[in-house]
Amino acid sequence: MSEQIEQAISREYEAGFVSDIESDTFPPGLDEDVIRRISKMKDEPEWMLEWRLQAFRSWQKMEEPDWAHLGYEPIDYQEISYYSAPKSMKDRPKSLDEVDPELLRTYEKLGIPLHEQEVLAGVAMDVVFDSVSVVTTFREKLAEAGVIFCPISEAIREYPELVKKYLGTVVPRTDNFFAALNSAVFTDGSFVYIPKGVRCPMELSTYFRINELNTGQFERTLIVAEEGSYVSYLEGCTAPMRDENQLHAAVVELVALDNSEIKYSTVQNWYPGDENGVGGIYNFVTKRGVAETNAKISWTQVETGSAITWKYPSCILRGDNSVGEFYSVALTRARQQADTGTKMIHLGKNTTSTIISKGISAGNSSNAYRGLVKMGPNADGARNFTECDSLLIGDTCAAHTFPYIESANPSAIVEHEATTSTVSDDQLFLCQQRGLDIEKAISMIVNGFCKDVFRELPMEFAVEAGKLLEISLEGSVG
Amino acid sequence: MLKIEGLHANVEGNEILKGLDMTVNPGEVHAIMGPNGAGKSTLGYVLSAREEYEVTAGKVSFKEQDLLELEVDERARAGVFLAFQYPVEIPGVSNMEFLKESVNAVRKERGQEALTAAEFLKRAKEACKQVNLPLDFLKRGVNEGFSGGEKKRNEIMQMIMLEPTLCILDESDSGLDIDALKVVADGVNSQRSDDRSFIVITHYQRLLDFIKPDFVHILADGKIVKSGGPELAKEVEASGYAWLENHEEASA
Repeated sequence: MSEQIEQAISREYEAGFVSDIESDTFPPGLDEDVIRRISKMKDEPEWMLEWRLQAFRSWQKMEEPDWAHLGYEPIDYQEISYYSAPKSMKDRPKSLDEVDPELLRTYEKLGIPLHEQEVLAGVAMDVVFDSVSVVTTFREKLAEAGVIFCPISEAIREYPELVKKYLGTVVPRTDNFFAALNSAVFTDGSFVYIPKGVRCPMELSTYFRINELNTGQFERTLIVAEEGSYVSYLEGCTAPMRDENQLHAAVVELVALDNSEIKYSTVQNWYPGDENGVGGIYNFVTKRGVAETNAKISWTQVETGSAITWKYPSCILRGDNSVGEFYSVALTRARQQADTGTKMIHLGKNTTSTIISKGISAGNSSNAYRGLVKMGPNADGARNFTECDSLLIGDTCAAHTFPYIESANPSAIVEHEATTSTVSDDQLFLCQQRGLDIEKAISMIVNGFCKDVFRELPMEFAVEAGKLLEISLEGSVG
Repeated sequence: MLKIEGLHANVEGNEILKGLDMTVNPGEVHAIMGPNGAGKSTLGYVLSAREEYEVTAGKVSFKEQDLLELEVDERARAGVFLAFQYPVEIPGVSNMEFLKESVNAVRKERGQEALTAAEFLKRAKEACKQVNLPLDFLKRGVNEGFSGGEKKRNEIMQMIMLEPTLCILDESDSGLDIDALKVVADGVNSQRSDDRSFIVITHYQRLLDFIKPDFVHILADGKIVKSGGPELAKEVEASGYAWLENHEEASA
């Protein structure tokens, strides 16, 4: 199926694993024994192992969903290795001179500082570099505010009561095939806890960019915002990261208690594969949040990477007056396929949700928006507004929209607007007649199309996202 | 500056320009008049390299270069500016961003430094004032929700900012009331100089009351059938284009 998996298959069986943590990689295959080993590697308590095993047993009885508008070869889950530790220092590039020049060119265009380039490209460095001290400063500042922000494996050991209380409450173990798989085998991810009434003193971003490397293919994130608290969390990075894993199945759970707000922004730029889609990442993600009374959850995503994207960040608006938002830009080109959107489940009274989705298709790609707006019987006065726009570049790509609306409450109002447009010859001609070359013209038009979403991103990210689109679109116009 | 010789051009297989000759020297203003369908707008599009307009014969030199060899954006950066008859909207792209990118692309070609944010803003504000557009226009999407008159003034503002050497105005007067027409004309007149030339395409003589041309050409059936001074426009005003038919019969 892919080079990476072929490599995994052709790898000789390594009996057990040695304790040198840097070179640990499990042989391909998945059974209860593998799960026990993952749990042991992570030094987990018994309850966590039991939780994983139950997820695994459920997963074995489940079938991979096939309703998405995606086409790919069946995945053989026994051919995948479920634990691969970071590459050892000696296997990594010694300096940027040994890194793919194409990757470096992209970093340069994004204006990424040199030392961060080294981290992103996985250059071996045993010397502590500048940004580590930055991290320490951040840690101190967060600790002062009482905010917990740590790898989830650490949280399982250090804050078991909190993890036990919330893990799996938003995305249950048996929620869906990929979520069950993730629950069984997740290797790491982040845990965030914002105490009552605390406004997180910083965007959890720069910190993240430097630290969140090698989280592995099965990432698990849990964010809990106590009453009246606020946090803005940024996931991912505009720079393409080196990644050895092809199948990604992450789960993100957000718990927004009364009067709290969680803003979750994602920029996803994993390897999309070559012109024929070979070797790209398969990204099957379950992201969901529960908003209690007067709470607000806002998802913003810029998705430009991966060969396959299957992702529906959703909000369960359980409390009265709670608010859900979903802002999305999904760009596909070459042979990329995306089936992405959201679910807004209105349970409480006077709940409101906004969905702004911008899909851009180029090349031979396929881009689908799939969204559900559901008004429960008690959702008196609930409102949704959905705007779903598709932009086509060229005539060999496809855009699809699958909106589902279910209303069980006559006082609820659902509005849906959808448009499909192309980058018109008139627009290109105007731009070029004013001196812009065609690539600049297209990126400008596309950025304009995405403006409503970009303005929801934290400032620094918005600028990077614009540049990212420009780079992604290079060469997509004949 | 511009020399057109025996220019023939097709649109979708139909020949629209059928041997057009014209010479424009630096600082001159040439008006092109003629009935609908004569090929006036086609001339503007051919000179700016619009894709659907195919040159089948003839030569065009611009500042000693073969203009026909250059792509749309190359011509623009070389100093050819077309003010559109129907300017298109680019939603979400602010006038400010659009102008800044354009101005800097043109400046780069000329070997000039990119404008600083402050200098750019200063110039943009002045240009806005010149065409009587409020400053918040700079923040609005390119032509997004603009009235017809605002779009036309916006074109002139772009012209002022880009400092081209050859300005082609394609019916910049159409759909304008007299006040808006004066604003457009004032904008154009303020840009007249010894090294900048204009081709003013118009159906009506009215615009030429405000933009005084050095030469007037009558374009009919893909050719210039008559050239003269400003008095020619008055003649058209008085007698319309009906006389052209006689002219064609006579020349046939």
